[in-house]
Amino acid sequence: MDNNKHIFDNPKNIKRVIHLLYICCAVLFALDFVIHRHTVHPWENLWGFYAIFGFVGCVALVLIAKWMRTFLMRPEDYYDPEEPLADKKTVNEKGVDNVGH
Amino acid sequence: MWAIELPPFVPFFIGALLILVSRGFLRAAIMLAVPVLGCIHLWMVPEGIHWQTEFLGYQLLPYRVDRLSLVFGYIFHIAAFISVIYSLHVKDTLQQVMSMLYAGSALGAVFAGDLLTLFIFWELLTLSSVFLIWASRTEKAYQAGLRYLVIQVLSGVILLAGAIFYAQQQGSLQFEFIGLEGVAGWLILIAFGIKCAFPFMHSWLIDGYPEATPTGTVFLSVFTTKVAVYALARGFPGTEFLVYIGATMTCFPIFFAIIENDLRRVLSYSLVSQLGFMVVGVGIGTSLAINGAAAHAVTHILYKALLFMTMGAVLYRTGSAKGSELGGLYKSMPWTTGFCIVGAASISAFPLFSGFVSKSMILIAVLSEGYDWVWVMLIFASAGVLHYTGIKIPYFAFFAHDSGIRTTEAPTNMLIAMGISAFLCVMLGVYPQVLYRLLPYDIGYNPYDATHVLAQMQLLFFSALAFAWLNLRGMYPPKLKSVNLDVDWFYRRLLPGIIKPCYAMILKTDASVRSYFMKWFRQFLFYISHHHGPEGLLSRTRPTGNTVMWITILLSCYMAFSFIYSK
Repeated sequence: MDNNKHIFDNPKNIKRVIHLLYICCAVLFALDFVIHRHTVHPWENLWGFYAIFGFVGCVALVLIAKWMRTFLMRPEDYYDPEEPLADKKTVNEKGVDNVGH
Repeated sequence: MWAIELPPFVPFFIGALLILVSRGFLRAAIMLAVPVLGCIHLWMVPEGIHWQTEFLGYQLLPYRVDRLSLVFGYIFHIAAFISVIYSLHVKDTLQQVMSMLYAGSALGAVFAGDLLTLFIFWELLTLSSVFLIWASRTEKAYQAGLRYLVIQVLSGVILLAGAIFYAQQQGSLQFEFIGLEGVAGWLILIAFGIKCAFPFMHSWLIDGYPEATPTGTVFLSVFTTKVAVYALARGFPGTEFLVYIGATMTCFPIFFAIIENDLRRVLSYSLVSQLGFMVVGVGIGTSLAINGAAAHAVTHILYKALLFMTMGAVLYRTGSAKGSELGGLYKSMPWTTGFCIVGAASISAFPLFSGFVSKSMILIAVLSEGYDWVWVMLIFASAGVLHYTGIKIPYFAFFAHDSGIRTTEAPTNMLIAMGISAFLCVMLGVYPQVLYRLLPYDIGYNPYDATHVLAQMQLLFFSALAFAWLNLRGMYPPKLKSVNLDVDWFYRRLLPGIIKPCYAMILKTDASVRSYFMKWFRQFLFYISHHHGPEGLLSRTRPTGNTVMWITILLSCYMAFSFIYSK
């Protein structure tokens, strides 16, 4: 069995990854002010358009999807054929019954 | 150059036959040799029509080679080779034969120069691929396979009908630009659309692919839908209708993917979304857009197969591909984890990975043709893909909370196959000129300029930030054992739900009408038997003397009356 400590068993490492993500985001956002873009669409000229679009878009995506669960989600065996199995059972029982007679 | 007229599907069909009569090592060698030799052969074939024949007065071109079909031909060979390596451990003749026939049929369809040949391979694709679903040998897979078969055969029948109309309209069966004029164009578009998983026609894919065997899904993810993309690119380039269809395809499946629990089903939804990008490219139809669609098909085949392979390896080792049952697998399957992350980075289109070099072509084509809202939908889907595939798949399978499952690394052949695809994903990302040289049109295009790289990085990193934020705040939808309703609900629940009561009602009415008549009939019989039966009034037996007596009485009365009158 494996008893070794793995990299993400240490909560500090998870924190480090998240902090790294924050730093990357900050740097990328800052780069918007440094690098001159060749834009095609006027919206691309807005500061941090892609960053904000990415963040807001994804939060909206997840929240809408979560809301969709309220009317789309069904138990795992929803499509499982219950009736045919039940039918088979009664047929069998009847069959056994008939033999009994 | 030998045997130029040998179409690429022939080696695969012969290979399938040889597999049937060989065993063990020899069989593996044949399966590996077929795609390699086939690809080398195809590499040397020049463009042009290499086989034509006549049928009922129509000219058929079963083997036509041009740049568009060549791109798909090459990538199908490479994908077939990788998938064969991935499935080398499988000892199942049915699957091995069928996967060879399946790959061969896809090649046949791509090099078909007329609609009749296309139809034949279109149906062969269906008939061979359904066995990869049935090979799971479970009741669920059997049912899903049947539904898959019905829908796919329907697509073929519609294609045949369209081809017949087309032949009447045009006087030719040649498979060139078709367009949406007349019945024929629409019928053919619908046939292609079913196979290409257009909205409301997509549920066969979501329903069927996750039920196939771990290795079967890898084959399935490569061929059917990409043949359809090829067919659209051949028959309907520049059809504006497709731009909107494609944009819808990119966006709607991602909501389902977010809440889906079965990770192979998540990948199926993401497959539909990625197909949407290609359909948009075809719909725009400029040389940049068609190049983008073809390039995206190539990169998509590689990273999607890679992702399905990693999930197949997880399924093979743990017996489950459900997010709610997995987690923490990076501890026991580190290589698979790494390959999965490469696939995830590629589908998310991180710079230096393959998705980036193809998707950006489509995005630029969309923008330069002025489809602003379609562009917004596409970047929404590009940001979303990081969520539902880029992060979700590796995170819930290999990281997240530790499920306690400890298993062993995937078999060596699986690792090699995943390694090759991962390598190709990175190679095409770093050195896209290899891919661009194969594309149908020569256009100078360079995906790596500061504007695009920065925009894409911002989009993806802030999308990742959204994931981290939602997850830390506990707002991310948890993995629940569940199924989600989709279009297949209509024919799996609603239709049976309507038909069953109707059927019951018909049975009931029928029974009551019958019983009424039977009752009436029984009464009639009773009446008859009452009067004519053994105890009936009219069937009593009387002694002969009785009658003699009555006749005597009658005659005496007669006599008595005659005496009275005669007086």
